[in-house]
Amino acid sequence: MRVLLTSSEAISRAVKLVRPEVISAYPITPQTHIVEEIAKFVASGELDATFIRVESEISALAVVIGAVAQGVRSFTATSSHGLLYMHELLHWSAGGRLPIVMAVANRAVGAPWNIWCDQQDTLSQRDTGWMQVYASSAQEAFDFTILAYKVAESVFLPCMVCIDGFVLSHTAEPILLSSRDDVNTFLPPFDFPLRLSNQDPFTLWPILEPALYHRQRKDLFRDASRALEAWKRAFKEWGDISGRCYRPIEAYRLEDARCAIVCMGAVSSTARVAVDRLRGRGEKVGLITVKLFRPFPKEDLLEIASFVEHLVVLDRGVSYGAEGVLTQEVKGALSGAVPVFGVVVSMGGREVFPELIEEAYFVGRRRPEGMGWI
Amino acid sequence: MDLKAFSYEGLSSGHLACAGCGAVLAMRLALKAIGSNARVVIPASCWSIIAGRHPDASLKVPMMHSTFEVAPSIASGMRAALNRLGLKDTVVMVWAGDGATYDIGFASLSAAAERNEDIIYVCYDNEAYMNTGIQRSSSTPPGAWTTTTPEGKLEEKKNIILAMYAHRIPYIATATVAYPEDFIAKFQKAKRIKGFRFILVLSPCPTGWRFEEKRTVEVARLAVETGVFPLLEIENGAWRITKEPMWLPVDRYLKVQSRFAKASTESFERSVKENWRFLERFL
Repeated sequence: MRVLLTSSEAISRAVKLVRPEVISAYPITPQTHIVEEIAKFVASGELDATFIRVESEISALAVVIGAVAQGVRSFTATSSHGLLYMHELLHWSAGGRLPIVMAVANRAVGAPWNIWCDQQDTLSQRDTGWMQVYASSAQEAFDFTILAYKVAESVFLPCMVCIDGFVLSHTAEPILLSSRDDVNTFLPPFDFPLRLSNQDPFTLWPILEPALYHRQRKDLFRDASRALEAWKRAFKEWGDISGRCYRPIEAYRLEDARCAIVCMGAVSSTARVAVDRLRGRGEKVGLITVKLFRPFPKEDLLEIASFVEHLVVLDRGVSYGAEGVLTQEVKGALSGAVPVFGVVVSMGGREVFPELIEEAYFVGRRRPEGMGWI
Repeated sequence: MDLKAFSYEGLSSGHLACAGCGAVLAMRLALKAIGSNARVVIPASCWSIIAGRHPDASLKVPMMHSTFEVAPSIASGMRAALNRLGLKDTVVMVWAGDGATYDIGFASLSAAAERNEDIIYVCYDNEAYMNTGIQRSSSTPPGAWTTTTPEGKLEEKKNIILAMYAHRIPYIATATVAYPEDFIAKFQKAKRIKGFRFILVLSPCPTGWRFEEKRTVEVARLAVETGVFPLLEIENGAWRITKEPMWLPVDRYLKVQSRFAKASTESFERSVKENWRFLERFL
């Protein structure tokens, strides 16, 4: 059945199907109505969960850490400054191997104040150990939330489900919902081997001496890299159940393309329009959309990008003094195999029209390497 | 009260505390009163070390380390999860120092109290940031030397009991290891009560307060006998002094600790009296 939902509502519906038992959140634009909707489900009894209304984002994540460590599935959501305020516990929960799922409505960070969309908030949390998956539509927001639980609970790493603020969070699209049976088939009950128990008491996260700590970090790194395979299995399994198939990296009109535009998030839909228009004018261009940012699907990117002559990456998050974050990732994956030009197209919600992407493409065609702002 | 009847030992030998640490004696007594059906959350503090280095653990109950500022929130999640699992009788206890309680974690403490979370929150108060090497906290008493107040602290000690009273939680108490019967009775009572319970334990620190390791209990007793640290409880808003001070000269307390070497006895005495006058409004 098709229903008209914003990505925020789509995530709330997915959460209802996944049935976390503890939910904790603190309001922040443009995330707020994800948890408002969930609060309604809890109040009406549609979702049997305990909702803890805390005084800050860092406490919201702390509550979820406390609950998941006892083996109880949980949920939280945030955005922008809320995510930054959680930063310490992002490291703590990933290091603690807690399979937490959190929705993030991507929003610019201050100063100066700005409530509109870019991806600086989540991209600047890149190195915390959290997995990050970026939806380009409300349908993906719904599906990725369910998928995030599946993967997080199989690799024991937390995951952010990222949706562009306003562009996705506040925009309604027709989407297909899944049945409770389908979700139950896909997602087994949460069974966390590290949960605390009074029968067999132990201490979570005591001091590790340097050699052991180093090994623990090595394990974390290995498992975070291996999580890519878990994502691929989950995409396949969910595809078989729902009929909706995803890949860590998606290609559009890449056959015979000489240039590929690379992007992440809702810009992908606009970029398709731009690619179609450029194709109409005889430009041999295609589109690559990165869905899974952590673990980063290096080899998948290399496989599809190695046939083009150059890439133009559309950035919505930057490393000041260096270049766009997505550009860095793409360059890192390709190790010089293909020239890459990075274009910062939109920070703080600057509107991205197809014309802007076409301009980025032409700038990249003239200068196949380097970076710039337009 | 026959203390021998409390035979449960939740604290292992071989913990990593300094000799004479009041916070270790306090944990031992607390777990005797609460028993083994408990889970503990400990934010960054001396107890992050005392609890042991992997694979050793000095607590025999399940324990979670927490970052500095959010132990009450982690405990709230733990409580909610235990209730979901049908483990409503398992006690959730936060065991935090004065840094986590009075300062960096005050927001999460206040919020958990306001939500009346079903948690026992214990502040073992050694009146400074001892784990980082004796720096001033808002709990440090006036005149006390610390490494960041080399001439003695200029400000008063924050009255955390009044701050918690303002939250109208069902139970608040103070305790010290010098009065184990009083200590255990309060933890036993706290265990029976539902909702947010706050217990402030004055925890003498030989390392930071500069006294001989063997005098921990004596220093704690002097704090009560001189009126510096009132032993009280507030049950559903009703205040009660559980041990009347003997009003020994305040000097007796100050002179056994080198941290007060530069403190003025008169002004400290004045501060103790003011504190009591304030307290008496509620008795």
